[in-house]
Amino acid sequence: MPLDLDVIRALRVNRSAVERRAATIPTRRTVKKEWQAAWLLRAITCMDLTTLQGDDTPGNVLRLCAKARRPLRQDLIDALGVGDLDIKVGAVCVYHALVPTAVAALEGSGIPVAAVSTGFPAGLSPFAQRLEEVQASVAAGAQEIDIVITRAHVLTGDWPALYAEVRAFRDACGRAHMKAILGTGDLATLTNVARASMVAMMAGADFIKTSTGKEPVNAVLPVGVVMTRMIREYEMRTGAAVGFKPAGGIRAAKQALDWLILMKEELGDRWLRSALFRLGASSLLTDIERQLEHFVTGRYAAAHRHPMV
Amino acid sequence: MATVAKLFETMEYGPAPESDAPALEWLKQHDNGRFGHFSNGRWVAPAEGQYFETINPATKAVLARVAQGSKADVDAAVAAANSAAPVWSGLTPHARARFLYALAREVQRHSRLLAVLESLDNGKPIRETRDLDIPLVARHFYHHAGWAQLRDSEFPGYVPVGVVGQIIPWNFPLLMVAWKVAPALAAGNTVILKPAEFTPLTALCFAEIAQAAGLPPGVFNVVTGDGATGKALVEHPDVQKIAFTGSTEVGRIIRKATAGSGKKLTLELGGKSPFIVFDDADLDSVVEGVVDAIWFNQGQVCCAGSRLLVQESVADRLTQKLRARMEKLRVGSPLDKAVDMGAIVAPVQLERIRGLVEKGVEEGAKMWQPSWACPTEGYFYPPTLFTDVSPAATIAQIEIFGPVLVSMTFRTPKEAVELANNTPYGLAASVWTENINLALDVAPKLKAGVVWINSTNLFDAAAGFGGYRESGFGREGGREGMWEYLKAGWDEKAGDGRREMSDTAAKSTSAPERTSPISLLPPIDRTYKLFIGGKQARPDQGYSRKILGPDGRVLGEVAEGNRKDVRNAVEAAHAADGWGRGSGHMRAQILYFIAENLATRADEFAARVGRQEVDASIARLFTYAAWADKWDGAVHHTPIRGVTLAMNEPIGVLGIAAPDDVPLLGFVSLMAPAIAVGNTVIVVPSESQPIAATEFYTVLETSDVPDGVINVITGAKDPLAKVLAEHDDVDGMWYFGSAAGLKAVELASAANMKRTWTSARTRDWLDTRQGEGREFLRRATEVKNIWIPYGE
Repeated sequence: MPLDLDVIRALRVNRSAVERRAATIPTRRTVKKEWQAAWLLRAITCMDLTTLQGDDTPGNVLRLCAKARRPLRQDLIDALGVGDLDIKVGAVCVYHALVPTAVAALEGSGIPVAAVSTGFPAGLSPFAQRLEEVQASVAAGAQEIDIVITRAHVLTGDWPALYAEVRAFRDACGRAHMKAILGTGDLATLTNVARASMVAMMAGADFIKTSTGKEPVNAVLPVGVVMTRMIREYEMRTGAAVGFKPAGGIRAAKQALDWLILMKEELGDRWLRSALFRLGASSLLTDIERQLEHFVTGRYAAAHRHPMV
Repeated sequence: MATVAKLFETMEYGPAPESDAPALEWLKQHDNGRFGHFSNGRWVAPAEGQYFETINPATKAVLARVAQGSKADVDAAVAAANSAAPVWSGLTPHARARFLYALAREVQRHSRLLAVLESLDNGKPIRETRDLDIPLVARHFYHHAGWAQLRDSEFPGYVPVGVVGQIIPWNFPLLMVAWKVAPALAAGNTVILKPAEFTPLTALCFAEIAQAAGLPPGVFNVVTGDGATGKALVEHPDVQKIAFTGSTEVGRIIRKATAGSGKKLTLELGGKSPFIVFDDADLDSVVEGVVDAIWFNQGQVCCAGSRLLVQESVADRLTQKLRARMEKLRVGSPLDKAVDMGAIVAPVQLERIRGLVEKGVEEGAKMWQPSWACPTEGYFYPPTLFTDVSPAATIAQIEIFGPVLVSMTFRTPKEAVELANNTPYGLAASVWTENINLALDVAPKLKAGVVWINSTNLFDAAAGFGGYRESGFGREGGREGMWEYLKAGWDEKAGDGRREMSDTAAKSTSAPERTSPISLLPPIDRTYKLFIGGKQARPDQGYSRKILGPDGRVLGEVAEGNRKDVRNAVEAAHAADGWGRGSGHMRAQILYFIAENLATRADEFAARVGRQEVDASIARLFTYAAWADKWDGAVHHTPIRGVTLAMNEPIGVLGIAAPDDVPLLGFVSLMAPAIAVGNTVIVVPSESQPIAATEFYTVLETSDVPDGVINVITGAKDPLAKVLAEHDDVDGMWYFGSAAGLKAVELASAANMKRTWTSARTRDWLDTRQGEGREFLRRATEVKNIWIPYGE
């Protein structure tokens, strides 16, 4: 949809009230036993299993892809009785240079490769190069592109510039799915988070994503509350369902459950599927495996007994 | 385990029960679930051997049998508290602080037992007892351990009231124990607590905790029972104070029952609190605020934001959002950790809610409930939203005390305030806007003891809580709450209002009225009128009364005021309400000017009442001129990112029946503090010696006092005081006079729950410790706590 500045400027977020809501997301709802196991499996399928390090090589990306295909030990799958569910992660997320490796490794698995792009994480390289980067990743086989926005546009309130930028990235993505990373840790206020979310959706983002994982504060529930409310607002205005991806700092199974609860409460069950919800994470998977093993055996589990990511 | 695969598809919530086993085991250990009273440090069987059952409203299962308190049981507990009083008040503040600290720690050590027990007995969700009730209980004891420690340094010259009877409701059973008991004990009082009939168990568990903490026998006593038990406690002659939280209806009964008894009284009563949403509010956060306002504790909250007032332009959007949110609320077993609402406390309450909702539908409001069904085995009621409600509807006026929200719209901030204040209640209010100018403009205009900006139902031990109007009087929490459990040390017998002050004694102690020196010419006849709305007014009936000097000579005739004159004066006083909104500096200037003008006529007044009284009156006017711009509020340290402002606000229109014995100084000593903080007053001066006051109004006329701020009505004091006390548009009443007049004032005040300050005892008005100071200012003030969370 076109940029509607009246909508953007009318957005209001009360930080204290949002924080109160966020604080009760983990205390108002909980899932136990079979329910918890099922929800944790669901979290795996919504996971963008990620490695975004300067020292990434084909070797560790291959290992990641193997884990993406078989995220759980077979004995746990059998014990849980979920062999038919074909549990695998939502996507594998890497830098552009490793897209070919990942695409090859995941061939036939149905697991898409996501590439972070547009000068990730700061997003301040020349605009033309950022567009080219998107096109190059798509050409290399990435089905999902995680773009970063220019935070300065938000901080200066230049919504037309932000809209134009995201729109251009969207066009460059072609048929690839586009996730817009807002870098919420850089945006200073929750009102900015709300406005940036709305502009990104108006400009055509398929997903809005909290963070690069490189900001000082990454995925936290108050930000999630604001972004999911904006998704709801956008759906109410346009009928279009936009996805949500929290990323950065999500390491514990309990956190994954909190995010799922947030989605169910603020948006609804449609947002509990990988089509509309992703968790950007790496070490989270191991903790989920440990919790599932505990559910199966009744014993607390050790990380070294699960194949590493 | 095929279910995991199925649940993977449905992604529903499952059961998440908290175990009730330890709590049930605790009940069983107590004589197989049978409880006596806790009196004098021991568990005692009820004198008449009667017990009643307390049930789990979520399952209807009987939890325990609890003693029905008789008069004899109350007598025994009061006797225990009475004999413990000197022991407890004789301890050092530090010693009492240690006990309160121990209580806080004990509560924390047994927090889960208390949380589960509370949930079982009341039906409220374990999430709330675990996350809100019990932590706040501990917080209250910690905070008041501090006040215990600081009592003598922070409240110098004050002593405990004595033996205190406390009667608490069923909606926050243990939290109300803490709100009542912590300040009472911190101040050095001893306590008899009567828990609610529906929910006595956590109070009994707390008694065990007090025992474990080593509290001396008789300091804290629990007598369980019903209304009759409470009545025996209220009427007991050895109880010096009653603190009650509950319905306005029962509060009114208690006000009448204690009238004239000299018992100190605090009442925290019902409400129909407004929840005001302006068009620039964060509407999604508003929705969560509404959830916390009216679907917290099943809506059984005295300060629940039960009247949603929404600016017209956003009303439809908000209704839509609210309905979507209500679909997602979960009602179920209170011990399930993932429910939003549990069970209604008892069938009688459920019936009341049902009846009022039916009434609302009958009267044409649009009712909406979510599509899902409540559990059927216990007493459950779904969240309910009424739209298209008019202020005239029953459900817009009556406190429902259930999960039922009524919604109305407004056009302007002014109309929002009018709708908000269009109720006899005045407990709390919520204001939602992102505009700080609007928020801080509206907050002082709301008749409510607590105002939450962009938030709701925030509580803390450091902030005062309590109502305006028929929501009661007195505050709980903070420094303002401590005053309710203290009295002035000079007034050792304060509270004993039964000693009659004889009129003749009063006269003989005062300076005689004197006429001017005899001259050969007859004096020019003077007509003393009433002083209403800044004008000298002839009395409605045209009668006058003769005022005689001590020697029986006629000193003059003053107007005989009647009820219509009172009516006119009250209207004039209301018309002058801008006085309270003006600056303290402006009020100070006028008080100084009154003093200045009195000084220029000092000789003339001295001839009537004596030099000493005139000088003291001038000094007193200076005292309150001094105070007028210094009666600051406070910023409380509550655990939020934000400020909690304790603002001193005038009560409003105040009736004052001045003492007989010091005709000028008594008048000035009461009028000056009242107007210094912004009240407007109707003063009934000394009945036997009113001429000083009628002369005084000519001083007022020359002192730029705005019309209607001070009104003077002479005549028969007690009948006039009664008319003032009965007047529903008078907010407070001070009475200094006879025991019979005092009782009549307190009885009449129950009609609109006006705050009263009465005394039938003599006071040395010339003594500045007794005759002026902070006590007078406190009596003239309501404390409004405004919570303002911030952060961008």
